[in-house]
Amino acid sequence: MKTAVFAHRIQFALTVMFHYLFPILTMGLGFFIALFSVLHLITGDRRYMNAAKFWVRIFAVNFALGVVTGIPLEFEFGTNWSRMSALGGGVFGQTLPLEGVYAFFLESGFLGLFLFGENRVKRWVHCMSGVGVSAGSLLSGYFIVATNAWMQHPVGYSLEPSGGIRLQSFWAVLLNPFAGWQYAHVINGALLAAAFVMGGVGAFYILSGRHTNFARLSVKVAVVAGVILSLTQLFPTGDMNSRDVVRYQPLKLATMEGLFETEKGAPIAIIGMPDTPHQRLIDPVYVPEFLSFLAYGNLRATVEGLNSYPKDLWPPVELTYYTYHIMAGLGTIFIAQMLVGLFLLLWGKVYSTRWFLWSLMLAIPFPYIANEAGWVVTEVGRQPWVVYGLLKTAAGTSANVAAGETVFTTLGFAGLYLLLGLLFCFLVGRIIWNGPEEV
Amino acid sequence: MNIIWFWVLSGMLAVYALLDGYDLGVGTLHLWIARGDEQRRTSLNAIGPVWNGNEVWLLAAGGMMVVSFPRVYASGFSGFYLALMVVLWLLILRGISIEFRSQLPHPLWRTFWDTGFWLGSLLVALLLGVALGNVLRGLPVGADGYFQGTFTLLLNPYSLLTGIFALAALAWHGTNYLRVKTEGEMLERSRKAASVLFWVALALTLAATVATFAVRQDAGVNFLAYPEGFVLPLLVVAGFVGGFIARTNERDRLSLWSSTAVIAGLLGSAALTVYPNLLTSTLNPAYSLTIYNAASSPRALRDSLLANVVGMVAVILYMIYVHRTFSGKVQVREHGHY
Repeated sequence: MKTAVFAHRIQFALTVMFHYLFPILTMGLGFFIALFSVLHLITGDRRYMNAAKFWVRIFAVNFALGVVTGIPLEFEFGTNWSRMSALGGGVFGQTLPLEGVYAFFLESGFLGLFLFGENRVKRWVHCMSGVGVSAGSLLSGYFIVATNAWMQHPVGYSLEPSGGIRLQSFWAVLLNPFAGWQYAHVINGALLAAAFVMGGVGAFYILSGRHTNFARLSVKVAVVAGVILSLTQLFPTGDMNSRDVVRYQPLKLATMEGLFETEKGAPIAIIGMPDTPHQRLIDPVYVPEFLSFLAYGNLRATVEGLNSYPKDLWPPVELTYYTYHIMAGLGTIFIAQMLVGLFLLLWGKVYSTRWFLWSLMLAIPFPYIANEAGWVVTEVGRQPWVVYGLLKTAAGTSANVAAGETVFTTLGFAGLYLLLGLLFCFLVGRIIWNGPEEV
Repeated sequence: MNIIWFWVLSGMLAVYALLDGYDLGVGTLHLWIARGDEQRRTSLNAIGPVWNGNEVWLLAAGGMMVVSFPRVYASGFSGFYLALMVVLWLLILRGISIEFRSQLPHPLWRTFWDTGFWLGSLLVALLLGVALGNVLRGLPVGADGYFQGTFTLLLNPYSLLTGIFALAALAWHGTNYLRVKTEGEMLERSRKAASVLFWVALALTLAATVATFAVRQDAGVNFLAYPEGFVLPLLVVAGFVGGFIARTNERDRLSLWSSTAVIAGLLGSAALTVYPNLLTSTLNPAYSLTIYNAASSPRALRDSLLANVVGMVAVILYMIYVHRTFSGKVQVREHGHY
């Protein structure tokens, strides 16, 4: 039984984490492609169209992989989490077909027009189709975050005497209070990752002495957008998102912070390694009273520690703690890096400061890591619940699927996804190597 | 409301089968009908602008099943666990083959993805037919509403027959699509293939119908209870008559409409046969999952229908627009993306 539950969790973790690598760039890059097409329409400057055309080639490969790796996730609601779907499908399932019907058709339809139609439709229609692609992918993200938010903070339902649940309010599910800031934080993270990808590719071209015009535009847009986005990632989106965690899931907050004892004026641990059996942090560096301030806006507020809860409700402490600290630590480094970039840009030295360009080029993977780590905090930090406070993960799996089946297909997915990942790197690497058209 | 949802879902799945059906058919036969790189690109560009949107019907239908009949989604998907995982791998292989093929000019690269597209299409078409056969035949659904669908259970003679039937019918449908979309050599080969596949599809339809009456004693009952349902088998007959007329001449559009009528009529008949069951239990009729005992609450059904109906109208208009924009014969040099 334990093996079976673990196998379902690993399978879902593998497929969802691999899948999410692609929507990050689809959502983020889609926005910048739309921005470039609008700028081209307004200014008539060919450089913007050139940039849009280059990035849309990467977008198309990325989009295709996002689509094919996304289908398994919807299936897994039934194949792996059948008891959860049987219980709550009528409630959390409300948002699932909406994604297909509204967002996805918008996205794939306009992408077809954008890719196929440049010479066949008017310029402004082509530009608007770029905006449509971006809008579709952002809308798609909302429906998925809203579905997830219901599992984090179930709303809009009532319990039946039989133990089932039924929908009370469609709008409560769609406009779940947990979804708002979570969505803003997720989209902001995707945009930030796209800015880093643009900046990194631009830095690569400048350092190699190729496609300089295109590269300068990329680095400039990346730095300006990066400064804004890295700051809004922390405040307000990250801050308000964690206030929702404080309000609805205080145990998750204690786990993220590695706070074992309930404290008045709780300190925040910048670094340190959790030692769960002894309920302490090893080699911690604290900022006194700061956690109370972040959680409640008051230095003397009381923050509940893990010990206020029975041990069988604790999420896995180490994984939640580390992924949170990796995310927050990387986020802080992003702010510093982008502020340096802005300083160099204003000083007029950003295109010639090689060490900064190197750091920008090498930074490409890290926003991906931060985005994925953030989701691990969200998902592992809500264990042992699959629907918070309502259904335990172990009670939500498919009981009629044997562990052996799940292990077998997980290995299959691992092999297939390794191949897909290599192909993606090869094809996108090739597009970058060949570079944009010269204007 | 439950009845409306039953027909909405059946309709969604039928539209999926019709639209993705010709993609699958093209994939199953393109190795023979399309010779050489230029012709392969023609067949990919024939489905290029639409295949992605076609597959969304499956996703949207899946999402609608979660919200309308969650117990069926839970039982069916977990019961068919292994089969569905294989289908997922094949759908991934197929989608990637279409999208990646033209990224590199190397002939080995292209042959590899052409073969992947063929294999993925062939096996998906076959497995969809196997799944349909098992739903028609009934499954060992227990008192808890679940079953364990091992391959030894699922690959029974009846469902293998429906699998091969589906493969033939979709291949016929795909060649009809190519008849409309191509010219020259490919058109000639498509016509030749369609004239053979017409007879294969007809023979297998008859065989599958007889077999259905053999495995399901109540197969005709619903048609007597709802005589208006006879429209569906009549649609099949009309489709075969049209297919017969168009099989050897230049009436390519008639041929495509004929296979459309046959597939729509057969899927509609299958849906009416199982109605009001969604998953029929072979152990005890009382264990069957029906549109009543497996449904969400009335409010969930109503709200979801209202929420999706506007989008569905927009989607249908959009699909018509795309099919019109890209209608006519495919010119690779003109707007070939693949």
